[in-house]
Amino acid sequence: MKLSSGTIRLIIPALSLAVLLAAVFYMQPRAMSYTGLNLLFNLAVPIALATVAQMLIMAVNDLDLSMGTFVSFCACVTATFLQASPAIGILIFLGAIAAYAAMGVIIHLRELPSIVVTLGMSFIWGGLAVLMLPSPGGEAPGWARWVMTSRPPFVPMAIVASVVIAVVTHFLIMRSSFGVLIRGVGGNFRSVERAGWSVIRIRAGAYALAGLFAVLSGIALVGLTTSADANIALRYTLLSIAGVILGGGEFVGGKVSPIGAVIGALTLTLAGSFLSFMRISPDWQIGAQGAILIVVLALRLFLNRLEKREKNR
Amino acid sequence: MNFFSLPSKPWIWSFAATVIVWIVTVLFTGGASAFGLSQAALTFASFYVIVGIGQMFVITLGPGNIDLSVPATMTLSGTLALKLMDVQDSMIVVGLLVSVLLGIAIGIGNYALIKLLRIPPIIATLSMSFIVQSTAIWANRGLRIKPPEVLANFTTSTLFGIPNVAIVALILSAVAWLLLEKSIYGRWISAIGQSMFAARMTGIPVDGTRLVTYILCAALASICGYLLASFSGGAALNMGGEYLLLSIAVVVIGGTAVAGGNSNIPGIWGASLFMFLVVSMLNTYGFGAGFRLILTGLIIIAVILVAGGRQAGR
Amino acid sequence: MFTWPNTDHDPHMTEAVLKQEVAAARGIKVTFGAVKALDGADLIIHAGECVGLVGHNGAGKSTIVNVINGGLSPHEGEVSYGGGSGQHGISVARANGVRCVFQELSLCPNLTVNENVRVTHSELKGWNWRARALELVRRQLEEIFPGHGIDCDSTVDDLSIAERQMVEIAISFSGAGERPKLVILDEPTSSLDAGLAAQLMAYIRRFVSEGGAVLLISHILGEILSTSDRIVVMKDGRVVADRAAKEFSTRSLVEAMGNVVRELEWQRSVTTRSGAAVLTMPPRKGHGLPFEAHRGEMIGLAGLGGHGQTDALLHLYLSGNSNWLPARRREIAFVAGDRSLNGTFPLWSILKNLSIASLGQLSSRSLVDQSREDLLGEGWKKRIEIRTPDMENRILSLSGGNQQKVLFARALATTAKIVLMDDPMRGVDVGTKQEVYEILRAEAKSGRTFIWYSTEMDEIRLCDRVYVFREGAIVAELTGDEITEKNVLAASFHGGEAA
Repeated sequence: MKLSSGTIRLIIPALSLAVLLAAVFYMQPRAMSYTGLNLLFNLAVPIALATVAQMLIMAVNDLDLSMGTFVSFCACVTATFLQASPAIGILIFLGAIAAYAAMGVIIHLRELPSIVVTLGMSFIWGGLAVLMLPSPGGEAPGWARWVMTSRPPFVPMAIVASVVIAVVTHFLIMRSSFGVLIRGVGGNFRSVERAGWSVIRIRAGAYALAGLFAVLSGIALVGLTTSADANIALRYTLLSIAGVILGGGEFVGGKVSPIGAVIGALTLTLAGSFLSFMRISPDWQIGAQGAILIVVLALRLFLNRLEKREKNR
Repeated sequence: MNFFSLPSKPWIWSFAATVIVWIVTVLFTGGASAFGLSQAALTFASFYVIVGIGQMFVITLGPGNIDLSVPATMTLSGTLALKLMDVQDSMIVVGLLVSVLLGIAIGIGNYALIKLLRIPPIIATLSMSFIVQSTAIWANRGLRIKPPEVLANFTTSTLFGIPNVAIVALILSAVAWLLLEKSIYGRWISAIGQSMFAARMTGIPVDGTRLVTYILCAALASICGYLLASFSGGAALNMGGEYLLLSIAVVVIGGTAVAGGNSNIPGIWGASLFMFLVVSMLNTYGFGAGFRLILTGLIIIAVILVAGGRQAGR
Repeated sequence: MFTWPNTDHDPHMTEAVLKQEVAAARGIKVTFGAVKALDGADLIIHAGECVGLVGHNGAGKSTIVNVINGGLSPHEGEVSYGGGSGQHGISVARANGVRCVFQELSLCPNLTVNENVRVTHSELKGWNWRARALELVRRQLEEIFPGHGIDCDSTVDDLSIAERQMVEIAISFSGAGERPKLVILDEPTSSLDAGLAAQLMAYIRRFVSEGGAVLLISHILGEILSTSDRIVVMKDGRVVADRAAKEFSTRSLVEAMGNVVRELEWQRSVTTRSGAAVLTMPPRKGHGLPFEAHRGEMIGLAGLGGHGQTDALLHLYLSGNSNWLPARRREIAFVAGDRSLNGTFPLWSILKNLSIASLGQLSSRSLVDQSREDLLGEGWKKRIEIRTPDMENRILSLSGGNQQKVLFARALATTAKIVLMDDPMRGVDVGTKQEVYEILRAEAKSGRTFIWYSTEMDEIRLCDRVYVFREGAIVAELTGDEITEKNVLAASFHGGEAA
């Protein structure tokens, strides 16, 4: 059977997750249990949501450097307003999503580099978060806490949630018309424009959807940690980009894979646990993550070349 | 460069804003703080300027070129240099040399990743920064080492009322200005920033030029880390933190085109002074860190909205 | 009643007029800067006919196609669809059933075939659009290219170039709601083999006989002659012939496309090809003739546009130029044709644009000597007559022709012995051209070698020796008096008759 390039692109992330998981089980057989898995993948849900958000932005050939501060901001809103007075909290979230949509429109209209605009936005989100929670605090809304800590039978919540996120986003982005248009804009926006669509509206939609997923990521994060602070998710910017790339997404060309992105997020979460099992000193953990990123990128380049050679033959 | 077009020069605005913020801040304190404020502004702006110049050279190379490894490089350089010098005055020069060499090595590493893995510079420099930061954490273990006394004195004292670090930054700026405006290299990076393909077709060694630029940026970040660690009495792991966004912000606010090809040194000075003064103004008026951040973000976006559109044509 | 310019009335015409107009462009004028891309062109397409459109590169074919499909607003003249009049634009054209297959492939490469159908056909809304899109494109592909064997679930990236072109053609002919009224095909067979091309031509005839209209642009004259009902020949932004296809033969078509022989005849330098070649290149793509150039020669690269001439120039240039180390001496210089893509530096002054390639000789210790740079600028401003009050003005303040002069000066100011030129006179006015030709001649006499890709026959005839390109390889070498329009055309067309 001939495999499509999309399937091939999914094999690498799935394989690397499997290998990593096997290595963890080998080193720590006790991890092979309900509680063990729950501990291993505990933080995967918010990371997966943030990765999906970043993936949407990357699908239209942009990059969001404010993802980390924005998720932190959302976490702070969740732990304060959403908990105390849900109506105001929801209004704030709607405003934030609208801001994301506006950002997408402005970047397109003025042909601005998304990196710099989102960089500026990261200051604003960070500032708002500091205003809300100058020091760590707040409290998770009961329902968020309940959802994130519930214990479904057989399979831990983190894995159930990851699967749900993967399936839902797959249908949204890979199967629906809207998803096709978003990816079409990333692939060849002139062609979409020629067919009579409004590229601005599509981009605004993609950005708004990204905002929505980032909001969910913030809520999920607070559900796990029970409190928030302004710096709680700063590393999500890098994690989310790395997750998309690990999952087989590309920086340009609208080539993204939601399932791959979720797998990428799981892999990154697991890599953290793996490194601590390896007894790598905490000093080198960040470095090891950088090294993993480089290795994966190198592997991908190698596979791309292989694929190209195959095609030319 | 003729002087009739002065008002249209983008860096004028950053200086005008700086003067306004300075006046507003000094007014609040009834004029008592004028001298102290100016000195502090010059000192801290100098660190911004040194990093900003390097970042500006990289940004000049065109869309997508940004060095995110700057903060990690600063931290590692400060840490290693202080460790090596080990409070001995005789090692000051050796320390500086090592920190510059370190910068060169990181710059080569950055460009090697960009070129070999064919990934956007942001991701390459980001991956690099993880490794550099880890090395810094490892190196920083244990005691906080003080800088050699002579060096510490040098970085904290003034000459005719001008902070020594500001003089260093001025000298570096002058060299950078010469490179940018007068040298062949300056022409080349500007050409690459405007159109990489056209630059290649006029015979410019594009890869060589870009490599040198990434090295230059990392080396300047190293020097800044060396000075900053000495100034603040020791290297801290988070000492580079705020410089990631700041180094880009001062370049953008200073009027360098984010789309590449066009850059200016005076603007970086204006923007650096401005960024410091805004913070102290907000502090003086009792605003907290939150407002400061929001205002910074708004300024960046406003500047890029105004400046980015003008030269949007690609 | 509308009258055809430059054509005699004939029975076929009156018959066509009775049919319904699908799209009509009348008296269209379009200018890009100083260049007149269309100079009062008329093109009317009726239901139930296939119109062949031929002409040299730069004759205005693509421009008039863009006007008809709504992508470009004409500066003068009017465009109407279905006999009505009024609005103009992409969506209006689409609403009137105009579809276009562009020369460059315009599918989204990251989407699957049926997803591309969804993007093109906004009517395909609602539940289960995937299956319907699949059905639509599959049926259409089967109809045009029976036995195609394309998997419509695969990503466009995974298809070969020919398959992509087939898919794009099928999508354009398919109708989700209603069938298209006019399909514009711009070089549709450029990547199809003969069998597939024949299938497409047969389908065009069927489509036309069922009342559809097709505008066919192709360099393969055989296709045009066999498939079209009517052939329109364009030259210099005008329609120069518009007659029934049966009145043309390959020969008469080539003649109609060709330029009127001008007075300008050039004294070809009697080059003595002495010594070794200064530049050589083995046959491109493993077949055809090898390339070599000698001192003082002016060599033309001819053939139809996009048949590998620019690639050959880039190859020659990049292989002799390091990407890492500054060159000690410049051996080869390059003059760009597409100024905005690979020529000018838009943020810079005229002077900086001129001097960028020769900074090495203007500098001491890597610092550019301002006075020497000014001197160089003044010298070339006089020599090549750059019309500007001040060399410090921005390059974009110049007209296109003068910008091009600056690019010439940039290359000639270097010490390079070989100058490559990538169709540099595209869109330059006649006066400027003459001035530049003089300078080139003088430079060649003093020993410089020029390698000149040009799409204009007048320029090709100025050369001492000409290589004709077809499909990426050199297929003919013409020397001296052999360089005639007829010979070049004969070598460039696949089905062209031998001289």
